[in-house]
Amino acid sequence: MTELALKGAPVDRARLLRLLQDYGVYAGVAVLLLVNIALTPHFLSTENFRTQAVQVAPVLIVALGMALAIGSEGVDLSVGSVMALSTSLLSLYLGYGPWVALIVAMIGGAVVGLANGSLIAFIGVQPIVATLALMVAVRGIALVLLPQLKDVRDSGMSSLGSGDLLGIPYLVLIATALALVVGFIVKRTTFGRQLLAIGDSRPAAQLAGLPVRRVLILVYVIAGVLAAIAGVLATARLQASDPTSLGTLMELSAITAVVVGGTPLSGGRIRIGGTVAGAVLIQLLTATLIKHDLPPSWTQIAQAVVIVLAVYAARERGKR
Amino acid sequence: MLSVTGLTKTFPGARALDGVDFAALPGEVHALIGENGAGKSTLIKVLTGVYQPDEGEIVHDGRPVRFQTPLEAQHAGISTIYQEVNLVPLMSVARNLFLGREPRNRLGLIDFRRMHGEADEALRSLGLRVDVKRPLRTLGVGAQQMVALARAVSVDARVVVMDEPTSSLEPREVRTLFGVIRMLKERDIAVVYVSHRLDELYEVCDKVTVLRDGKLVHTGPIAELDRLRLVSLMLGREMAEVSGEGVTKFTGDHHAGREPVLSASDLTVRHTLHQVSVEVRPGEVVGLGGLLGSGRSETAKAIAGALPPDSGTVVVAGSPVRTGSTPAAIRAGISLLPEDRKAEGIVPGLSVRENIALAALPGLSRFGLVDDARVDKIVDTFMKRLRIKASGPHQKVGELSGGNQQKVLLARWLAMQPKVLLLDEPTRGIDVGAKAEVQGLIDELADEGLGVLLISSDMEELIEGSDRVVVLKDGAVVAELTGDDVTEDRLLHAIAAAPESDAELKTVAPDAAAIVAPASQPVPVSGAVPLDRTSSGGETDHD
Repeated sequence: MTELALKGAPVDRARLLRLLQDYGVYAGVAVLLLVNIALTPHFLSTENFRTQAVQVAPVLIVALGMALAIGSEGVDLSVGSVMALSTSLLSLYLGYGPWVALIVAMIGGAVVGLANGSLIAFIGVQPIVATLALMVAVRGIALVLLPQLKDVRDSGMSSLGSGDLLGIPYLVLIATALALVVGFIVKRTTFGRQLLAIGDSRPAAQLAGLPVRRVLILVYVIAGVLAAIAGVLATARLQASDPTSLGTLMELSAITAVVVGGTPLSGGRIRIGGTVAGAVLIQLLTATLIKHDLPPSWTQIAQAVVIVLAVYAARERGKR
Repeated sequence: MLSVTGLTKTFPGARALDGVDFAALPGEVHALIGENGAGKSTLIKVLTGVYQPDEGEIVHDGRPVRFQTPLEAQHAGISTIYQEVNLVPLMSVARNLFLGREPRNRLGLIDFRRMHGEADEALRSLGLRVDVKRPLRTLGVGAQQMVALARAVSVDARVVVMDEPTSSLEPREVRTLFGVIRMLKERDIAVVYVSHRLDELYEVCDKVTVLRDGKLVHTGPIAELDRLRLVSLMLGREMAEVSGEGVTKFTGDHHAGREPVLSASDLTVRHTLHQVSVEVRPGEVVGLGGLLGSGRSETAKAIAGALPPDSGTVVVAGSPVRTGSTPAAIRAGISLLPEDRKAEGIVPGLSVRENIALAALPGLSRFGLVDDARVDKIVDTFMKRLRIKASGPHQKVGELSGGNQQKVLLARWLAMQPKVLLLDEPTRGIDVGAKAEVQGLIDELADEGLGVLLISSDMEELIEGSDRVVVLKDGAVVAELTGDDVTEDRLLHAIAAAPESDAELKTVAPDAAAIVAPASQPVPVSGAVPLDRTSSGGETDHD
């Protein structure tokens, strides 16, 4: 009897870990929802859900790009600064109409991504270093373009930030649509398949004749554009452009969402659903602690615990 | 000085050393040779304390010892120079020389002045004159190797182990190295020398120990062993043993077309390949023969665009291919099955399906969208045709057996409908059944009109599988066997043949010895080993 239990234990543990890897993040979201429904007053209100969803949208969009970068065995630290650049460009070009401003902001993000990708693919700079350089530089450029906070007064922008369709805020709709598009790209396109192969084994991908450089550059361009979109949406919600603070530490939130969502940092695997759930999990965690009047330091500690748990779950995969 | 008896070391799944005896004597250069997996590296690692032996005894200076760490071995006077320079590239030359044993001043801080002085002296005594304050990486590879050598010698070594020290050296740097080895000999230091280059062994070594499959097969003075005998010992083939009956699945005869489908000419890569030319006709299997490090894999990689050649051309079916570009080579119809299947071949985390479709994806897509139906069809076809055993197309390739991984790779390339297949050790590390299947498959493909270039360390496979064998040695083509000449006997002779320039080598050697003799004047040089044959006078023959 005891022997049997001993024998059974490691198998169960391994299976538990795999389950934790694959579904842990969804379970975490479910648990937090249940806890909140039970303990938090007024949690089950449309208004609350709306607030949470609107807050999580920009993080989620940035995290989608981050998931691609991490899946290619890289990382993109410049996303927060790209959000700042995007808000600066937006407020500068808003005079030409919101659509022009949006396109200019996205082009800005694409250019930053192109710089990141070129450094990584052609010069061979490690992604963490290349994007760190761009993170510093782009924040500087954003501040040069728009030295201080500026109110955004545009009817289009304000309806984007607070309007809704059938009760669902535009921000949430856009984030959902983008998640679906990125998920589709990963699953169904040549680019997505090649990206995973490159992230899993670069030498093999190279010898198989994959366009490694082109794919890597495209990854960072997409990450840049997504960050720029997030910057526009965040600006629309705040009704102000603030390049000094917008997007600071966003890269860390995005990495957290991706990692907690079960995408391994070693590349070769991307979980878009997990990334969405990861972003939601962190958002709910923060909201829960705030609603129960716990100090912000608690939020940080709780985030740390979640990250450590996610990394612990991912550890077994690396060993196999 | 240092000897081991009955040494056995087992790794999970493989016995790396099996009752090996080995002894390094003072003032003797002892060659340690063997093919891949023979156990050389393991033996060296046991000697230098990296691995602990499972059985057997190490005797050093008459006392049995057990080195728990490389540091203990170093303290006992055993220094090692590894194949790749293992120093700290960003630190200065002097700091590298004294790493871990820096001279200290009274405050316990590093005494830089003394360190630089001593470093300069140590390098001068090896005939190397460089600024010792420069970061190591600014030196050439050869000079770095010399710094490693200086470090090994300067720690009061009693035994110096050199693991393929010449693999990245220029010929003249090799000469300097040999001079240093002779100097070590005079100082009564035991040298253990590992190399695949036969010429070097005969030039500098006194004794030779041959390992094969973890067992000791021969030990004795190298002068008593001719080259042919040495090669047949290494490869485990008797010269007379020419098998009439095939052991492999190959049928051997193919009906080759006239015009070559692949013709690579004068491929040259610094240090690696020297004007290698190979032609393959449709329906023909051409073998690449040679020992480890003779440039077989490099030739294949250069043809496939994975190793940019300095010069040379590759022509496929009459049209030239841009060299140094894998996609260009693949478009032209060249497919390479790489030697290191796990690191360079499969993408372990992706499924069988994704791995097979990987290279052919652009052709299976419309507007960048993968056409799943077509992928499924191709995957299904090849999984059946190559009899790939997997739980299904969605199983991860990393979970398959070696033979099935190899079949997945073959399928990946066959899906590209190549004209030429370059197979680098296609059956290494896969079980007997799968091996026969892969060999049968190669035959079949050649019959269908594919040109195949086959690299194999398995003699039988090479001889029986190939219609023609091109023999490489030290990165150059030394022979081509055709028709009835494709026999093990002929192949062994071709591999063992002494270089024509043997006489020239001997006349150069004394110079090198003179350079490192303390009395000689070092020639100023920047970043490289000084060796100017014509100007360094005062030849003293140390031989």
